[in-house]
Amino acid sequence: MGVPVAIRLWVLGVIAVILQLTAVSQVTLLGVTADLTPLIIMAVGLLAGSVAGACMGFGMGLFLDMALLQTLGVESLIGVAVGYGAGRLRELRDPAHTLIPVAAGAAATAVWTVGFSVMQFLLGVDAPVSFLLARDILATIVVNAVIALPVYALVRRAVEPYLPDDPRRRRRRAYTTGGLSPISR
Amino acid sequence: MHDRNVRRRRAVLLSLVAGSLILLTAYFGESAGGPLRSIQRGFLEVLAPLQEGASRALKPFADLAGWVDDTVGAKGERDKLVKERDQLRADATRADQLTRENAELRKEVALDQESGLKSSRPVSARVIARSPTIWYATITVDKGSSAGVEADQPVVGPGGLVGKVSDVSGGAAKISLITDSTSGVSVKVALTGVGGVLKTAVGKPDDLVMDFVSSTEKVKRGERVVTAGSRSSRLESLFPPGIPVGIVSKVDLGELDVDQRVHVRPFADVRKLDFVQILTRPQTAPELTAQVP
Repeated sequence: MGVPVAIRLWVLGVIAVILQLTAVSQVTLLGVTADLTPLIIMAVGLLAGSVAGACMGFGMGLFLDMALLQTLGVESLIGVAVGYGAGRLRELRDPAHTLIPVAAGAAATAVWTVGFSVMQFLLGVDAPVSFLLARDILATIVVNAVIALPVYALVRRAVEPYLPDDPRRRRRRAYTTGGLSPISR
Repeated sequence: MHDRNVRRRRAVLLSLVAGSLILLTAYFGESAGGPLRSIQRGFLEVLAPLQEGASRALKPFADLAGWVDDTVGAKGERDKLVKERDQLRADATRADQLTRENAELRKEVALDQESGLKSSRPVSARVIARSPTIWYATITVDKGSSAGVEADQPVVGPGGLVGKVSDVSGGAAKISLITDSTSGVSVKVALTGVGGVLKTAVGKPDDLVMDFVSSTEKVKRGERVVTAGSRSSRLESLFPPGIPVGIVSKVDLGELDVDQRVHVRPFADVRKLDFVQILTRPQTAPELTAQVP
């Protein structure tokens, strides 16, 4: 991964976090707010691989912790898990279905929200936990799954032209366009 | 080549996880004035103008989305609000009478008439960011120590108490809302004076709970809850007395039936705050207040 991609990812992360804190967090759908952070990390992992995904997760998580004056390291740790997981999905399975971002977005949000809750328990938050927490987590996953596709498309548009060409994707493209198909040869 | 890639990938993963854990441990172990927190405050100082600009620029879009959401929910709330209005009209009539009596009695005992929030030197602040998680109900505002804001000062918003300042930098401050899982506010029922500590359950920001209220105390649905303030100079409350907090929505018995849990719906809609007021000189309850009927 070259310097231009790293810079693009950095700018993308900063813009996404600011957008999340200043606008997206003010809009409620199904009683919860959408969370762009796991979706962006997931998209970067799916497009650029596990190393880039983990680095993006760490960076965005740290940025959020810094901006919200929260305990440092909590969201960056969960972000690493989300980004690395999405990246490994791409490296091991290379999923090509159009709806993969929806499923991956829902899974990333589930890891993000449940992971954050578990970390809060481990850190000893002294508050009763309502059953509605589970409902809120579920609603956040649904809302994020709905917006996962457009978010993924935006990230792909911003990042993909600068990524090094993946041989497996090149081969698949060639099959679909007829260029390298074994039947045509 | 493949082995090298695998080794590199694992090394990056390990170093990022280790970095997160080191940060977590160091942050947890340091005091409020520690280096990591100072870096965080410095970071917020740099980020605050950016957040403020983005917040202003994106406000029309957020408002539009909020308007759609509000319109859907408005019909359902109308009937409930009509009932509440009728109840409040009756309360207001009674309150007028009590205010007159109170003023006369205060004159008699020569108490300072300066009351309300004006004397608390409120500083208006714009909300520039809010936490997306349901665990930390926090917002960031565009006023900091340069405007006289200090940690632990109470914050009010439209309707009533909103929270307290939990961290300050030069040009911004973090507010922990009353719906934050770490919050606890000393409150009382306005009419009867039944007191307790108001806490929130994670995932239920519209339902605060007053715990440890004796089951012999009578608390009714619809009664107003205000901050209790402090009656002792040794254990001073952060919040001045009499700030409206919410309305009793439900009362149920505690686990052992010797106490009751009073559910309170907060007046301030903490999810839709644009401006708040930070009380930079909160008034503690004068000792005599308790003696005035």
